[in-house]
Amino acid sequence: MKFSESWLRSLVDPKLSSEELSHLLTMAGLEVEELDAVAPAFTSVVVAQVLEVVKHPDADRLNVCQVDIGSGTPQQIVCGAPNVAAGLKVPCALPGAELPGDFKIKVAKVRGIESSGMLCSAKELGIAEEASGLLILPADAPVGQSIRQYLDLDDHVFELKLTPNRADCLSLLGVAREVGAITGAATSLPVVAEVPASIADSRAVVLDAPAACPLYYGRIVKNVDAKAPTPEWMKRRLERSGIRSISALVDITNYVMLELGQPLHAFDNTRLDGAVHARMAKPEEKLLLLNEQTITVDADILVISDDAKPLAMAGIMGGEESGITLETSELFLESAFFAPKAIAGRARRYGFGSDASHRFERGVDFGGTRRAIERATQLILEICGGQAGPVVEAKAELPARQPVRLRTARAEKVLGLPLGADRIAGLFKGLALDFVQQGDDFLVTPPSWRFDMEIEEDLIEEIARLYGYDNIPSPAPQARMAMLRQPEAQRPAYRVRQMLADRGYQEVVNFAFVETQWEADFAGKTAEADLIRLANPIASQMAVMRSNLFGGLIANLVTNLKRKQTRVRLFEVGRTFHRDAAAVPVAGYRQPWRLGGLAFGGALPDGWASGGRKVDFFDVKGDIEALLAPAALRFEKLVHPALHPGRAARILLDGVDIGCVGELHPEWVQKYDLTAAPVLFELDFAAIKAVVVPVYTELSRFPAVVRDLAVVVDRDLALQALFDGLKQDLPGLVTDLQLFDVYAGKGVPENKKSLALRIVMQDTQRTLQDSEVDAAMQQLIACLEKTFGAQLRA
Amino acid sequence: MDNLEQIVSEACAAFAAISDPDALEQAKARFLGKSGQITELLKGLGKLPPEEKKTAGAAINVAKTAVETALNERREAIRKAALDARLAEEALDVTLPGRSEARGGLHPVTRTLERIESLFASIGFEVADGPEIEEDFFNFTALNTPEDHPARSMHDTFYLQNPDGSLADKVLLRTHTSPVQARYMQAHVARYGQQEKMPEIRIIAPGRVYRVDSDATHSPMFHQVEGLWVGENVSFADLKGVIADFLKSFFETDDLTVRFRPSFFPFTEPSAEIDVAFMSGALKGRWLEIAGCGMVHPTVLRHAGIDPEKYTGFAFGMGPDRLTMLRYGVNDLRLFFEGDLRFLRQFA
Repeated sequence: MKFSESWLRSLVDPKLSSEELSHLLTMAGLEVEELDAVAPAFTSVVVAQVLEVVKHPDADRLNVCQVDIGSGTPQQIVCGAPNVAAGLKVPCALPGAELPGDFKIKVAKVRGIESSGMLCSAKELGIAEEASGLLILPADAPVGQSIRQYLDLDDHVFELKLTPNRADCLSLLGVAREVGAITGAATSLPVVAEVPASIADSRAVVLDAPAACPLYYGRIVKNVDAKAPTPEWMKRRLERSGIRSISALVDITNYVMLELGQPLHAFDNTRLDGAVHARMAKPEEKLLLLNEQTITVDADILVISDDAKPLAMAGIMGGEESGITLETSELFLESAFFAPKAIAGRARRYGFGSDASHRFERGVDFGGTRRAIERATQLILEICGGQAGPVVEAKAELPARQPVRLRTARAEKVLGLPLGADRIAGLFKGLALDFVQQGDDFLVTPPSWRFDMEIEEDLIEEIARLYGYDNIPSPAPQARMAMLRQPEAQRPAYRVRQMLADRGYQEVVNFAFVETQWEADFAGKTAEADLIRLANPIASQMAVMRSNLFGGLIANLVTNLKRKQTRVRLFEVGRTFHRDAAAVPVAGYRQPWRLGGLAFGGALPDGWASGGRKVDFFDVKGDIEALLAPAALRFEKLVHPALHPGRAARILLDGVDIGCVGELHPEWVQKYDLTAAPVLFELDFAAIKAVVVPVYTELSRFPAVVRDLAVVVDRDLALQALFDGLKQDLPGLVTDLQLFDVYAGKGVPENKKSLALRIVMQDTQRTLQDSEVDAAMQQLIACLEKTFGAQLRA
Repeated sequence: MDNLEQIVSEACAAFAAISDPDALEQAKARFLGKSGQITELLKGLGKLPPEEKKTAGAAINVAKTAVETALNERREAIRKAALDARLAEEALDVTLPGRSEARGGLHPVTRTLERIESLFASIGFEVADGPEIEEDFFNFTALNTPEDHPARSMHDTFYLQNPDGSLADKVLLRTHTSPVQARYMQAHVARYGQQEKMPEIRIIAPGRVYRVDSDATHSPMFHQVEGLWVGENVSFADLKGVIADFLKSFFETDDLTVRFRPSFFPFTEPSAEIDVAFMSGALKGRWLEIAGCGMVHPTVLRHAGIDPEKYTGFAFGMGPDRLTMLRYGVNDLRLFFEGDLRFLRQFA
């Protein structure tokens, strides 16, 4: 809602500066988003009349003018504007004037001819961006008057950012009422007299959908001059409200809407057949709108029609065919109340909105419908002439305004503020609310212009608003103290993040919607049924919900490589999205929290001691193991669309798949223009947060025996398989089994590898005898030989 | 006895000339070895008459001690010199950089969320979480925003498609963290609703939210932190107290002003917008929007099965991205979502 301050002050004029008024409005919930002067500061510019124009003797494009500035003596002024002509009224900056841009006007010689001032364009006065010549003023402009006064340039434009509940302030009348309530200043609201009918012409109005349109006024006005000029004052007020002047009739309907908050519509009466109806749309009904869009009107849309055809989307937009033009001489004027529920959301459905729909869907004062049609008639007759017929009224049941009870104690409890009934009564009076006091209770009947006073809390808000939110105290709250339970078996998410940060990974936050291609490349999702596609993506590269975190991390890597970062370690904690009919809490969409990571570049930060080794699978595996320690993880070979099939593993914790780790597939390394393969991982975040609360096991007081063993096995034998096999048949006194070396190459047969194992044996009750240690070793060796064809290495 | 003094001075001179430990031990033999000069003298004592034996013996022992002392001093000096040489050899350039993994870091917004969570934990607020693909019901309807409510147009909502290309009209990307309120209250009532006295609800819900909006100051995905306190006696004044305390704690200064101004949210009544202005610094005197808040609307409480006559509560939703920008002086929201290490490392 944008309006001119001087217009507002013509209705209510509190003794406050523009800034003070702006602050008060903001603090009352009518946020002033912008407060701008309509013109920059300048001085000594008056209305002047050009009396005579003579070519400058020494300059082709200059004229020497004699100008009446109201001083009695014509002034000689040299002017270069192409549109200067004798008889015109234009602004004239007098000697001593200071114009915007620090431009001082002095008596000076221009090409040898003395010039006592300057004739100005709108641009030179700072009230337009561009100008092609002098600002031509109306012929009746009073010569000698200050231009600031004449054009009301000391005015300001207020722009309010109104919340949807305050539709009552979508008019000057409403804002004035509000300013009166919050400042106590007297309001002089426009008095609108009924315009008596001077002709008998009328048109019947039928309410076919009385719930959607319970009130409709219509009136014929004949013999109007649609080409009459809009008065300057009206144009100015409209323009300062951000509405372009179009033609007198359109301007008048807009003006009344701004003034009183009631959207109006004017039909060309000659295009109408029979009665006017407010009815729901018929199936497949089509309508060409004023915005030149042809729509098929949905069944839940209220239309205005005549006996033959639809004319307009009621309260939203008029139809092109029944609209007024500059040739129109006969109007059918509409002022109606359309129920918010019948209008809400409809315009948005068709992808547009209008000043009318904006107001009707929030609620228009049904107590002012008649007033608006009278006001518009009055202005039409004044400006365009013509004769008005009688106002035809069609009325059904209007919204009820049930009294709302307010309990003083309840208001005090909700606000935490001792108020007392007397103070509340005073605040209600300030708001001009209609109420009955019953002891400490109030029965408030909301006014017809308020659609946001339905329950007690709404009144409590009014009380708080008028009392001033700032005046409510803000003590430290009191509550019962109770400790927050912190389960020890759950690590806080931040600790997990911090552990990764400590291992060199930097956290990133990536968008949850990604390129469709990423889902194909990194998750193998190509079927439409697997994708979760946005219905209204902001861009094609943000079209589908991600099912893993790899795409974002790889894009981050590419970005950073472009910025000359050579070593990149990243992680992200975020949700991924999967179609899953059984998902909870949102059926159809499983949304687990995942931790994704990427490592690229040196195993250590580049430097004199880094050794130049590049990060590999086992570095990242080590990071994952450290992150989940002391839990024992298992890694299994994995085929994953994003990863190198020979260098990828599924990660299992207690037999449950919790994620994967691997090198990026060479195909994607090439496609995404990477110089080497990053190592990627993704883990279930919930699994990482879970930790085991330690349980003490008794320490042995007897020495441990450590034996090493080297065996040669098939090169393809996975260590995990070997350990699994050994553990099936592990002698009871073995407490630990470790791999401490892997070797293949010289001295080891082809397709074989040598594994060096360390075996630790211990008993909690006694010192072990050599003989039992030897026996245990024999048992292990036998198992290795038998199950894995291992050979002892000399 | 002149002979003795001569031996001692001879030994001292001999030792002093040696810097090799083995040579020193050989030199020692010349004086103190089996047939060393001192040893020979001692052997000769037996031939002396008893009355001379005592004095001569004492003199020889004095000389022996002197030689031994000289020897030990020289041994120590040689060992010391060798150690010094080794230490000099082993010296490092201690100014070379240390060898270790570089430290990564948390995302600046995560850092802010962690601080917010811990500040609120200190007054008993737990952390709650909710889905990002959310049901239309929880995002809007349960929050007193029925279909076609004008407030829905305040949120430019991302919707999803069904696999057949039709609109999935029951779900959306949540436009705020407020649905967590609705879900949490419902679960709380299911858990405690039967009890005479329901425990208070004090939660904050940080998370990612989505709106169809993208420019220098808007990102289609951003963060919010929802807060909710429902109890038997929670008032608007409490809300003001908590928020003022939070902002002063978060920015670690009393040098700021907080103001509440009336606003509108369908799920709170009365509702307020919270602005903060700093008394010093680059943003001095400017009012900055930080959060929206209000008293939980009775309809929202009722939706969750809570009696609004018995319980009242407040809720707020703030923008941690904005708070992070103000806290660390970041001037472009988009930096948070670009993954640029040069930016992110500043918060390590």
